[in-house]
Amino acid sequence: MAESSEAERVTSRGGGLAAYLRRVHAVAEKDVRAEMRSKEVVGTMAAFAVLAAVVFGLAFDLRVPRPELVVPGILWVIVLFAGVLGLHRSFGSEVERGTLAGLLLAPVERSAIYLGKVAANLLYFLIVEALLLPALLILFDVNLFEPFILLGLFLGTVGYVGVGTLFAALTSRNRARETLLPVVLLPVLAPLFISGVGLTSVILDNRGSAEVWPWVGIIGLYDALVFAVAFLLVDVIWEQI
Amino acid sequence: MSTLSRATDKDRWFMPLLVFDALAGLAMAAVMWAALLYAGDAVNLAGVEQVAQRIFYFHIGSNIAALLGFLGSVVGSIGYLVSRRLVWDRWAAASVEIGTIFGILVLLSGAIWAKPAWNTFWIWEPRLTTSTITVLIYIAYMLFRNGFEDPETRARFAGVYAMFAFLSVPLTYYSARLFRSIHPIVFDGANEEAQGGFGIGPTMGQTLTVAMIGFALLFFALLFHRVRQLEFENRINAVRESVDE
Repeated sequence: MAESSEAERVTSRGGGLAAYLRRVHAVAEKDVRAEMRSKEVVGTMAAFAVLAAVVFGLAFDLRVPRPELVVPGILWVIVLFAGVLGLHRSFGSEVERGTLAGLLLAPVERSAIYLGKVAANLLYFLIVEALLLPALLILFDVNLFEPFILLGLFLGTVGYVGVGTLFAALTSRNRARETLLPVVLLPVLAPLFISGVGLTSVILDNRGSAEVWPWVGIIGLYDALVFAVAFLLVDVIWEQI
Repeated sequence: MSTLSRATDKDRWFMPLLVFDALAGLAMAAVMWAALLYAGDAVNLAGVEQVAQRIFYFHIGSNIAALLGFLGSVVGSIGYLVSRRLVWDRWAAASVEIGTIFGILVLLSGAIWAKPAWNTFWIWEPRLTTSTITVLIYIAYMLFRNGFEDPETRARFAGVYAMFAFLSVPLTYYSARLFRSIHPIVFDGANEEAQGGFGIGPTMGQTLTVAMIGFALLFFALLFHRVRQLEFENRINAVRESVDE
């Protein structure tokens, strides 16, 4: 009985922001629950991230005088590539199991589905990053647990997941699918990547917080624009199933 | 049936296009002559650098054409997403294809010029970064389009992608500029853009104008042909479908 009333509360349209957030939460919860059972995304992403850190360590160990010089780039390259690995599963698994149509038929706004997927992916990314930062600390002896680096990483991840989830939806209908996702995603992420590396370098070089704010500004602007455009266009993607 | 009878109609754009092609060809001949012979030498440069400076006209000309391609993709995509008529999508697709060719020419001509002027083929200067990323986005756009069977889906998704590309390009420029302004400057002198710079004399200014007009005409000639080709392709597909049925 309590179960059905919960379902009714979730599916009833309208009802203001709280109801909308409940719908977002329902989609996110469904994704996280599926992930907890199948364990196909987070584990792979985390393993790849640590593996990539090791590979970078081997590649740069004797060639780079101070690891601080390359760690900003390493951090963001790993986040970028590990992210691509996980993102395509977001819709790829739905397409494979034939559950996408069911999801789209659910009586919730398309933007709520999108945001729910974004929330689930954001959670995966943050878990992976929480493992990656200690790995970089151990392998390179560079402490990335600085407030501004964490802020930049968080904001950058939000923007990345915002674009990435939408593009994952786009490429899930494409013949080339997962091979195509990095090709379409990485050039569009260029501002995020440049700003992330720039921000991390500023902090690691101890150049003061005054130089950090422009980077935070660009990343914040990117996030705002991404979600604005995503909200405008998300209905266009699933006009026909 | 109506598509079938339209397909057999006489092609009324054939002659105007031919005239336009001739115009573009003549303009490009004028560009060659002006850039290689008419324009004066850059007086403050010497040797290889002075000769290499003449690539500037082709560089800027290609840049204009690439810019037109970029604008065309944005206008075409917005046009499609608003009106849902496939003709807009064909204009966007053709713009990107032609724009990519000119974008690659911009990068190559710039690299060839940069070697004598800057003593390196490449630096991560904001404009270079932005042009490279734009060309990569174009190439991704074309690969992306390739993977869709249904023209409506292809047009919608390509339109969405073009919107995101449009939004990210200016931000790429600003972030790359910030990146360079904080990092140490590779070249001597206060501003690396000034390296290999030159004053523009009257013949050089005229040549530049001719080059911009010539390349713009060439761009539109290629664009019209490509759009026409895509329209034919569309008609052939329609005919094929009606035959299958």
